[in-house]
Amino acid sequence: MSSVEQILITPLYQMHLDAGAKMVPFAGYEMPLQYPLGIKKEHLHTRENAGLFDVSHMGQIKITGENAKQALETLVPVDIVDLPLMKQRYAVLTNTNGGVMDDLMVTNIDDDSLFLVVNAACKVADYKHLKSLVDRGCEVELLEDVALLALQGPKSCEVLAQFAPACTEMTFMTAKKLTIGEVECLVTRSGYSGEDGFEISMPAFEAERIAKLFLSDHAVQWVGLGARDSLRLEAGLSLYGHELDENHTPVESSLAWALSKARRHDGVRPGGYPGDSAIMKQLSEGTEAKIVGLQPEGRIPVRDGTLIEDDAGNNVGKVTSGGFGPSAGKPIAIARIAVNFIDDNSALFALVREKRISVSIVKLPFVKQNYFRG
Amino acid sequence: MITKYSTDHEWVKLKEEDEVIIGITDFAQEQLGDLVYVELPSIGDEVTCGDNISVIESVKAASDLIAPVSGEVVDVNSKLEDEPELASEDPMGEGWFIKVKLSDISELDDLMDESAYQTFIES
Repeated sequence: MSSVEQILITPLYQMHLDAGAKMVPFAGYEMPLQYPLGIKKEHLHTRENAGLFDVSHMGQIKITGENAKQALETLVPVDIVDLPLMKQRYAVLTNTNGGVMDDLMVTNIDDDSLFLVVNAACKVADYKHLKSLVDRGCEVELLEDVALLALQGPKSCEVLAQFAPACTEMTFMTAKKLTIGEVECLVTRSGYSGEDGFEISMPAFEAERIAKLFLSDHAVQWVGLGARDSLRLEAGLSLYGHELDENHTPVESSLAWALSKARRHDGVRPGGYPGDSAIMKQLSEGTEAKIVGLQPEGRIPVRDGTLIEDDAGNNVGKVTSGGFGPSAGKPIAIARIAVNFIDDNSALFALVREKRISVSIVKLPFVKQNYFRG
Repeated sequence: MITKYSTDHEWVKLKEEDEVIIGITDFAQEQLGDLVYVELPSIGDEVTCGDNISVIESVKAASDLIAPVSGEVVDVNSKLEDEPELASEDPMGEGWFIKVKLSDISELDDLMDESAYQTFIES
């Protein structure tokens, strides 16, 4: 094996170059950061029309077996057993301390198989971890030769409906097999922009053709990783490696909402996943710090890693994601803050280049989520 | 009027005998992307060639403006504080950053002329 890791490309690499994308290395892949339109306009375009994202770097994993649902529950604090057919659910993989190994989407595609979408940077580790389910009689497959496109924004449904009219029957977090340009795709009505939209899994060799179909509609523009990040930040959605990491449990990362009732201590299938005791203890006793929204005063962006202090200069937390929200029209941030300062109305400050910028704790998201719930 | 360029992608226009206007080049603004915040030095600040004198923030990241010459800041484009996008839209004109009274005019000799700068950005 070579010691130099080869940079990977997605099936749409050439299309990105042809579209004039600025490519950057991301999670081992050469990915489009932005196109000639620029991050701000790509962001606004997605909120008003439809943005097309190549997210083929993400891991697509299939778990098959009679006990697939029960088996996956041994690794996630989420109700998978009662996940209805063709429904999707957000989940996290936990480690033995209850820390988050990755966050993912799980879809029940037929009662014997689950379709998972995991983060690109974690996919190899996730796959290894999920392989333990082989002992429970499951087959675990990291899908190769597949692509994943996200079509996001208020016009995404009318765009997709031109090629696959049945998409209009779908609601948020459901899945359907749709034929798009004669290709069978697995489509979910979900995404990570805070807007209505779809994620479309397809064979790699058909990706370019399907992307071109979408782009033939004027409402659709390529959108890169830059705007993907500003969109999810405004929508208050957690990003692995920022709000989520292996040193913090889902409770500490304000993801308690994702921990299903059925898996809590008074639920029908309590615990039984890595780190269950630590997580359930925090659910009943609370945590020392939490993830919250921060609104900086003025125009200076408060970025990831910025320290937050109280009036007396004591450190109370750190920004996990921060930048400028093009739709919000101002700087926005998400931070991990000590809980005593969250309930309190004490004045908080971000330290940016030795300047103290007043920040206030706000409810997430920064912009309204516009999911289609039917 | 002479315009010179730095390897940090700034332009320096000699306005009077010893006063220059400084801004970022079109290449720089294109690399930076949409600007959302610009922090300027204060009038009266002494700057030394190579110092970080201003912060330019795009949607994605913060970058420094490096002083291409030394001297005293005699004027700043305070319009940029409310309209940082001026530096993207008209980097060589309305989007100028600061005016500096040079302490050593010979520093201009170390900067590139337009054709040298063009070669520099193409390489």
